[in-house]
Amino acid sequence: MKEIRIHGRGGQGSVTAAELLAVAAFADNKFSQAFPAFGVERRGAPVQAFTRISDAPIRLRSQIYKPDYVIVQDSTLLEVVDVAGGLKDDGILIINSEFGPETFKLDTKARIMTVNATKIALDIIGRPIVNTVLLGAFAGATGEIRPGSIMDAVRERFPGKVGERNSEAIMEAYKMMEASI
Amino acid sequence: MKILPGGICDAGTTRVNKTGGWRTFKPVYDYDKCIKCKLCELLCPDSAVHPRDDGYFEFDYDFCKGCGICANECPKSAITMVLEEK
Amino acid sequence: MPREMNLDKSKMVVVEGSYAVAHAVKACRPNVISAYPITPQTHIVEDLSQFMADGEIPNCEYINVESEFSALSALVGASAAGARCYSATTSQGLELMHEVLFNVSGMRLPVVMTIVNRAVSAPISIWNDHQDTISQRDTGWIQLYAENIQEVSDMTAQAYRISEDRDILMPSMTCMDGFILSHVYEPVVLLEQDLTDGFLPAYEPEHVLDPKNPLTFGAFADPNYYTEFRYLQEQAMQRALKKIEDVANEFYDIYGRYYGGLIDEYRTDDAEIIIMAMGSVVGTIKDVIDKLRDRNVKAGLLKIRSFRPFPAEAIKNVIRDAKVVVVLDKNITLGLNEGALFTETKSTLYNTDVRVPIIGYMLGHGGRDIRIETIERVIDEATEVMKTGIRIESQFTDLREELL
Ligand code: SF4
Ligand code: SF4
Repeated sequence: MKEIRIHGRGGQGSVTAAELLAVAAFADNKFSQAFPAFGVERRGAPVQAFTRISDAPIRLRSQIYKPDYVIVQDSTLLEVVDVAGGLKDDGILIINSEFGPETFKLDTKARIMTVNATKIALDIIGRPIVNTVLLGAFAGATGEIRPGSIMDAVRERFPGKVGERNSEAIMEAYKMMEASI
Repeated sequence: MKILPGGICDAGTTRVNKTGGWRTFKPVYDYDKCIKCKLCELLCPDSAVHPRDDGYFEFDYDFCKGCGICANECPKSAITMVLEEK
Repeated sequence: MPREMNLDKSKMVVVEGSYAVAHAVKACRPNVISAYPITPQTHIVEDLSQFMADGEIPNCEYINVESEFSALSALVGASAAGARCYSATTSQGLELMHEVLFNVSGMRLPVVMTIVNRAVSAPISIWNDHQDTISQRDTGWIQLYAENIQEVSDMTAQAYRISEDRDILMPSMTCMDGFILSHVYEPVVLLEQDLTDGFLPAYEPEHVLDPKNPLTFGAFADPNYYTEFRYLQEQAMQRALKKIEDVANEFYDIYGRYYGGLIDEYRTDDAEIIIMAMGSVVGTIKDVIDKLRDRNVKAGLLKIRSFRPFPAEAIKNVIRDAKVVVVLDKNITLGLNEGALFTETKSTLYNTDVRVPIIGYMLGHGGRDIRIETIERVIDEATEVMKTGIRIESQFTDLREELL
């Protein structure tokens, strides 16, 4: 079983990202589970969402303490949240940033990767919506999931042009990450 | 008698249980004074005032308990409470 | 009896727990829905409102009300008039219904409610525990607790079948853990409309409220009659013990899905330590048991699906040969220092020859996460009990001593 934690700010679509990841994983013939950090949500406040992906049906209901992967939607969160907390040594931490991974000195043995998701989103989607883009980056960085499954999930959730542009951005981020592995 | 689950029974069963007997004073109309304002009908707590076809009212002594509210409220003093002869 | 359950992945979709429940309600073809939104039940009633607005629930009225008290009161009339009725609530909303809960069961109205379990204020908490429903255990409602969203959505149809049976005629609460199940996305088979139309025929009450043929429901009962009404309710609850099993079996025959009837067992056959629990924590416990079995710890799980009626016989039969029983409660009876499942399990055994030691833990209150480590620790402590006997009968666990 793989456990993923997504950090974002209220309104950035972290919960949606976790859900889409679960939908995509299931389409990849795995079992999945997505849930928010149950709390009182405020726009702009740090939030977390979680996804579990497994070959067998998932029974575990506790929260995620030792994720295999962490996705950070907004690098300013690093100042207020311990985004690497509990991350497994052989895990991967994906940060949305224009800077390279070496910029980030975090207390973790896990591999840090960065992707300029905001730029990809602005260039392709035309708006700074990074949650779907980061899922593409996740697919490229981890190989846990087919990018096509993420694109399908996103197109189903956001039909029409929005879905198409998001898919394009997902593919872009996927290729970038794949290349940097 | 058997009880039905849920306490279900026929409606209106109090009809057979006449309650007028405990009255000491009974209301009596003076139709000459009555202006058909309906207040007595409206205010009777036992619904013992029934309309007649001519627009006046009559008492249902099977259920009137003799409380005197109708007499008290009648704006024309068209109702008097008289001692029951028992 | 444990059964094979083969989930057909091609029929599954990844949806939120609340949506799965709302969809199941729709498939049960309700005639009247009345509810008042309250976290974390909100998504269920929002989804149902959407179905109504889209015309997807034919022959149904959605009554908007100003409180939970009114929501259930509206259903008293509607159910007496012969409608299949549904509501959903949680926590303070359920407590506000308290008076009406007795009316519904007393009038033998087969209303079904989903309770999205949440802690009760004060202090205010929107997170999960079972205090809300446990506090309503004496109101004459059947209470079923679900382990995952597949179970709770399927339970909706089961609950109508049980409640509407003429031998039963008692209302049901189907209980799902707030947030943990209501807000989780996971693969689920949405309750199939075609199968449900076969499984759950239209509700046909024997007596209906009808202006043309007036009847009194819940009539006045003086001391000459009152006792007998309570007796009849209890008899119906006792019959429900079998009905819940029968309906679960029939559901399995038609849908191929099974979660236990009154109870379910997991690796209890040779178990020395049996853990008893209700709701979503059951899933976590199964994972821990598998792990411990690999280390030769003979642990098993007794999942309680039906808390009301209380499955005393079924429990006794499962725990009879265990060396120690551990009961987990997400609730407390204040003033007794015990959770309700613990107290009632003990009392079930008192006048019997089953003399297995039972210890109780109160945990998961107000949404405190129940971690794998916690389950492992209580099993460790149970192992000690096998050697030393009971030292602490009932206690809080995961207490943060540093706050006290
Ligand atoms: S209240 Fe008096 S005046 Fe009015 S209808 Fe009755 S008797 Fe007549
Ligand atoms: S005396 Fe009282 S009960 Fe009788 S008719 Fe008047 S108001 Fe009604």
